[in-house]
Amino acid sequence: MGNDGLVEWFFRKEIGSMTEAHHYEEHHEEHGHELPFWRKYIFSTDHKVIGIQYGLTSLVFLFFGFCLMMLMRWQLAFPGKPLPIGFLSSWLGDARMPGGIMAPEFYNQLGAMHGTIMIFLGVVPLAVGAFGNYLVPLQVGAQDMAFPKLNMSSYWVYFIGGVVMLCSFFVPGGSAQSGWTSYPPLSDITPQSHSLFTGQTMWLTGMVFLITSSLLGSINTITTIIQLRAKGLTWMRLPFFVWAQLVTGFLLLLAFPPLEAAGVMQLMDRMAGTSFFLPSGLVVGGKALNVSGGGSALLWQHLFWFLAHPEVYVLILPAMGIVGEVIANNTRKPLWGYKSLVYSVIFLGFMSFIVWAHHMFLTGMGTSINAFFQTTTMIISVPSIVILTALILSLWGGSIRFNVPMLFALAFLPMFGIGGLTGLPLGLASADIHLHDTYYVIGHFHYVVAPGTLFALFAGIYYWFPKASGRQMNETLGKIHFWGSLVCMNGIFMPMFIQGMAGVSRRLYDGGTSYLHAQNVLVFNKGMSYSAWALAVFQLVFIVNFFWSIFAGRKVTSDNPWESTTLEWATPTPPPHGNFLKIPEVFRGPYEYSVPGAKRDFLPQNQPQEA
Amino acid sequence: MSGAIEIPYNSTERPDTGLYNAKLGVWLFLASEVMLFGALFSTYVLLRTGSETWEHGAEFLNVPLATINTLVLIISSVTMVMSWASLKMNNFGKYKLYMGLTILCGVGFLVIKSFEYAHKFETGLFPSTSTFMALYFTMTGLHGLHVIGGMIVNSYLWGPGSKMWKTDPQRFTNRIEVAGLYWHFVDLVWIFLFPTLYLLPGK
Amino acid sequence: MSDTHHEDVQSHVKTYIKVFVALAVGTLVTVLASNLHLGIILGIIVALLIATVKGSLVAGFFMHLVAERKVIYWVLVLTAVFVVAMAGLIMFSRADQQGRQQGIFAVPAGRVQVPHEEKPTNGHTE
Repeated sequence: MGNDGLVEWFFRKEIGSMTEAHHYEEHHEEHGHELPFWRKYIFSTDHKVIGIQYGLTSLVFLFFGFCLMMLMRWQLAFPGKPLPIGFLSSWLGDARMPGGIMAPEFYNQLGAMHGTIMIFLGVVPLAVGAFGNYLVPLQVGAQDMAFPKLNMSSYWVYFIGGVVMLCSFFVPGGSAQSGWTSYPPLSDITPQSHSLFTGQTMWLTGMVFLITSSLLGSINTITTIIQLRAKGLTWMRLPFFVWAQLVTGFLLLLAFPPLEAAGVMQLMDRMAGTSFFLPSGLVVGGKALNVSGGGSALLWQHLFWFLAHPEVYVLILPAMGIVGEVIANNTRKPLWGYKSLVYSVIFLGFMSFIVWAHHMFLTGMGTSINAFFQTTTMIISVPSIVILTALILSLWGGSIRFNVPMLFALAFLPMFGIGGLTGLPLGLASADIHLHDTYYVIGHFHYVVAPGTLFALFAGIYYWFPKASGRQMNETLGKIHFWGSLVCMNGIFMPMFIQGMAGVSRRLYDGGTSYLHAQNVLVFNKGMSYSAWALAVFQLVFIVNFFWSIFAGRKVTSDNPWESTTLEWATPTPPPHGNFLKIPEVFRGPYEYSVPGAKRDFLPQNQPQEA
Repeated sequence: MSGAIEIPYNSTERPDTGLYNAKLGVWLFLASEVMLFGALFSTYVLLRTGSETWEHGAEFLNVPLATINTLVLIISSVTMVMSWASLKMNNFGKYKLYMGLTILCGVGFLVIKSFEYAHKFETGLFPSTSTFMALYFTMTGLHGLHVIGGMIVNSYLWGPGSKMWKTDPQRFTNRIEVAGLYWHFVDLVWIFLFPTLYLLPGK
Repeated sequence: MSDTHHEDVQSHVKTYIKVFVALAVGTLVTVLASNLHLGIILGIIVALLIATVKGSLVAGFFMHLVAERKVIYWVLVLTAVFVVAMAGLIMFSRADQQGRQQGIFAVPAGRVQVPHEEKPTNGHTE
């Protein structure tokens, strides 16, 4: 028993379908060989093991990035005051916290790394690496990804990239500190050093690893969806989650390479003294910079945002996919407007490549090019709204079950609505003049990513936990986690819109205290910080629930406890190596709930037509 | 449980797409490479048009050597496709010959490149000298890394990897086709790099 | 590909040789053309045109794109659209720039100094 992977070792096997799984294992015992521990759990090629590796690693990084933010919020609430956690201040040392008071350079390091870690080491690996890897092969009825060994490499390359990023805190001068956006000339010269072991250079190196990992992963996802769909699983019978992952795959595949090119060029600027991004005539610290010049700082911005705009859709699309799955299942009816969802997500993916310079409205571009990007940005809001509307309309007439996954999925809707709507003035060039680089922007994108994407990912964790582990997470703790997070997130991010409209710039290490126009809105900083620290407490509830449930959660009595229609529920629990006892054949669409005349209120995709 | 799973369409094509998995995979990879080199070429265009003056590469870069290198890569592309064709015609011996020649051509390319680089450094031309030189070293350097990568793959397929011809000849042939696609792409990039850096007039 | 038989592959081999010859000729032509000093615009056009022809031969015949499946074509078309959009929009935004005229810098950028006798017009500044 228990030959089949990490999942058995960490999670207790559930009782219900053990007879089926037992037969499978006995069958396999005859053919298979016992793999050594390090091949089964460390260097595994099984997409489920890799998915869990991505999941656990990314959750650790999310937690770490969260801690960085909590430190920042002390400085913002109590600027210039010593941190009241003595051992932490002394561990951080005098270079970072002289006398316990945060140095501005350290604040900048925290800011740059918080953004980098949350996006590239946290959310995307969780949404795409974890959920994508675990679920896509299952939902298309395949035994694994198209390229299992490549899948394993992409995890380990991600891991190395993450280690490089973390180590960058410990080199002289500290980590990258020119924003997660690393704009030159500042990023080129901070500090001026050819050494590999400076924070910014390690950031660039880490990014090269992370981009490589993403590329390899996206090749796998796209090929799996196109080539390994089960018999009968036509394009328009794919779960919306799979469509979202397919489009996300293309975004990662085609948008990341220009940033890789830019990263190589910035590495050349820093280590080989080139001037890709350095114009002629730069003076630093009173001295003329001894470089050839002739470069363009805006070139970096174009190449960076060419990726970073599609990147934000990488952040949201898997989340929309998860919300779609959870809503269909917990309303017991098909998603409203499946076709419009599919066409919108494809159109959204395409448009995302031609809106990037709305991040550059204030760089001195002319009115024509500004008008172009403003127009494409306004157009791209349409498919977003179509998707949100379709998800909301899917609730109408539904038999709604308010379990924990559904609570998170429901809250996603208005939270993403706020995030999306606050994006509109930013996308209008004239309004952006006032709002660019203010806290309004920070409020906007955090609404989309925190009570937006993260809520959807939480929904996904609570929803698919029983399939991966054979146990349910605790419902009461889940509800505490949900309500606490919802309230606290709004407490942190809503006042940011007010601060931003008052003109408070982002990346100010004193939170705006030295600016006259900020004085009236500084009062919010304390409340926002208390909300952030309270949010941490509610995440502890989640962490306890997660690990406790793995070992002692209520065991499920069925392979399909949520009574869902999609293929991942048609496996033993947890799914063994190879996933399905018998390769499934698909007979219908993904959301055949409450079909009139059917015996039960759901018809699994792989169930043959009833006689 | 390695080997217990059989991923379909590694050797044969999936009927509705007409592709085997690795072929789709490598074309997706090449699409991303087009974006990568496309960004670098865009950088060339932007920095050049934004500049008052621009070097005429032929005045100080070694055009004859680079021309030879271009021919070397073109020859290697032919030998690469011939190595695949040999397998299609069931001739493993010819495959080894042609793949071996491909690898040798790659070595030749890199040797010539290293002579070029060394000479540049000796005459005081470094990436930091100008944006033209920065582009020269970065673009040819990144291309060179891709050549090295291709040679590692080709060497594996010539050596230990060629065992698969005995156990799954169709899948092995597919691997050579896929490696060939990558190698041709590397040749294709050089076909554009060579005139851009070495031949285009300055301003 | 399972649809290629022995005879088909043989005829493909003939094509490969022809393409090789064309590529070799194209290489020599492009080097000779660059010696003609056609001027900036014509020089660029000729060089890129020859490169495009050579590249198309490699892509079409060595990479077998002339007979490839639709999925591959669409992936490549999509990629081409995005490369053009990326390059084009970056250039457009530079062209549409507000403020100071581009190309006029207070401090000239470093360039490779090529020692040679006075040559007529090469765009070199002092």
